[in-house]
Amino acid sequence: MTAQAIIAKVQGRAVPLRGNDIDTDRIIPARFLRCVVFDGLGEHAFEDDRLGLKAKGNTHAFDDARFRGAGILFVNKNFGCGSSREHAPQALMRWGIKAIVGESFAEIFFGNCVAIGIPCLTAGEASLARLLDASEKHPSTEWTVDVEAGLVKGTAGAQSVQEAAVLPQGPKSQFLSGRWNSLNELLLNETGVAAVAAGLPYVSGW
Amino acid sequence: MGKNLYHKVFDKHSVGQLSSGQYQLFIGLHLIHEVTSPQAFSLLKQRGLKVRSPERTFATVDHIIPTESRERQRPLRDTLAEEMLVAIEDNTKSNGITFFGEGSGNQGVVHIIGPEMGLTQPGQTIACGDSHTSTHGAFGSLAFGIGTSQVADILATQTMSMSKLKVRRINVTGALRPGVYAKDVILAIINKLGVNGGVGYAYEYAGPVISAFSMEERMTLCNMSIEGGARIGYVNPDEKTFAYLKGRKFSPTGEAWDRALAYWKSIASDADASFDDVVELDGSALEPFVTWGITPAQSLPVTGAIPAVDAFPSDERPLIREAMEYMSLEAGQTMVGIPVDVVFIGSCTNGRLSDLQEVARLVAGRKVSPKVKALVVPGSMEVQRQAVALGLPEVFKTAGFQWREPGCSMCLAMNPDKLEGRQICASTSNRNFKGRQGSSSGRTLLMSPAMAAAAAIEGKVADSRVVFAYAAGPKGIAKETV
Repeated sequence: MTAQAIIAKVQGRAVPLRGNDIDTDRIIPARFLRCVVFDGLGEHAFEDDRLGLKAKGNTHAFDDARFRGAGILFVNKNFGCGSSREHAPQALMRWGIKAIVGESFAEIFFGNCVAIGIPCLTAGEASLARLLDASEKHPSTEWTVDVEAGLVKGTAGAQSVQEAAVLPQGPKSQFLSGRWNSLNELLLNETGVAAVAAGLPYVSGW
Repeated sequence: MGKNLYHKVFDKHSVGQLSSGQYQLFIGLHLIHEVTSPQAFSLLKQRGLKVRSPERTFATVDHIIPTESRERQRPLRDTLAEEMLVAIEDNTKSNGITFFGEGSGNQGVVHIIGPEMGLTQPGQTIACGDSHTSTHGAFGSLAFGIGTSQVADILATQTMSMSKLKVRRINVTGALRPGVYAKDVILAIINKLGVNGGVGYAYEYAGPVISAFSMEERMTLCNMSIEGGARIGYVNPDEKTFAYLKGRKFSPTGEAWDRALAYWKSIASDADASFDDVVELDGSALEPFVTWGITPAQSLPVTGAIPAVDAFPSDERPLIREAMEYMSLEAGQTMVGIPVDVVFIGSCTNGRLSDLQEVARLVAGRKVSPKVKALVVPGSMEVQRQAVALGLPEVFKTAGFQWREPGCSMCLAMNPDKLEGRQICASTSNRNFKGRQGSSSGRTLLMSPAMAAAAAIEGKVADSRVVFAYAAGPKGIAKETV
């Protein structure tokens, strides 16, 4: 935690997860929030969705042997909406996810991912359609999420796929400088914090 | 061009820009609870850091606490819940943080106890590891949900890093008709702008409907901002805000009150303030809303029918189909007449005294359908005391409702209150996500307390205006008494 890795590139296979508005209750159902540590959350990621599909004879991507060991998650729009529970990205991280590429992300989820070192890159609808298709058809594809260059690329079967995928400048610089968790930097400026606090009438006691 | 409240308050709390370009923001009030704080305290311990401002930090227990009094005996039967409760007791004690546990007489849902004790005030920055922190924006504060890493940031430094948001003003014009409430207004806004329409925005709610709202109605409104994707929703402070705050436990008194008033008035949006976007909604045209699907935007006026899949943009259709399948509902169906198994009245959205008063007024002398399990869960011990003083529990019990102890309860079912199997619940809470109420196949219909009361009486979704034969005239919500 005190020394943070620079995250410029994430490499690995991808797990495709289709659907808009996948909320954090689905990523990690509330009953698994009954804990005082984040350990062990990985195995419960998408548990109810997985069981629901299994009961109908279908397989959730997180149960699909072809995607086991994947480190990159491809999603659609507004991924991670709902609850602010950091348990959601913590569960994904513990399942093995190191980077997410999607059409858009809910704000609190995005910030929680930054704080634990998971870049969430945004790509266009058509790009995601190609990435989802390619990763489904060719699960063994090794993908590179290039935070610095702002792209995702891989050779899916015989076809080379490359899509633009970007981070806002702030988080991007955090990953590239190894300062994605802000605590160290926040601790540096106690003088400034004290000055702002002293200037707030409700803090200084009216 | 003047400034809006968001920028005024943000700028006053900004310590400066970080290397990322984000701002280091001072947090005036940090609320914590048992679910999202234990890992943050562990992190501070590991790093040998102290809680910087225990006097600006307040804690309670709400998510995991059982709501049946015999179940609240310690140790709690759920050993995991007990472990979480012990953790917050120990962490607050060892760090000198005020903990509003059961013994304090002020335990309750974190977003209900902050305002009722006067901790929540205009012009503050308020953070809590809970997305419904937007509730506190009703007072003209910048209040937002955070994750556990940020809980640790704030515990250690009383600051966090944040980007500036854009600000969208939502003007609700006209006047609500009888039987239409704050819950219907926010469901209508989310329906109009979508569940991700607010991403990157703070919402400023304004217009005659919002001005006419009581503080409790404003809290219901701001509470569900996050359901529209907006991390922050606020209402400019006015005389109602000040009247609400006068005399509360943590409100300033004497000369400090006068200085507080001056500050609170100074941070309201200027008359010529600029906004990144402005949206209008005609309040006079609204009807009671009910959700039919698995996101809070999948809703419709109670008199309407579920639209055809083709009526939605093509990229939304897969989710619409998924929702219809999960809910076992079809296009063209009306919600009126759909049988309900459970009715839940409570939560940080609608668990305040005026919500309970309105339900009591409507159900007095009537009976809950024998097919329905109906729960009333007060949002806090203070709401509970005031309800008792007004004789509301007797009204509920006589009608066939269960009257419970305060907590989050069946909003997210982290305690023993859960749906079973594919039960359908008419719920005054804020989320109808798949599995949200504790059964992975359970179904949630979000609605106002009056609509939930109508569902309880009829045993099925019903138009509360018909069931309770609302007289024409001022809308029904009880006068503000807290």
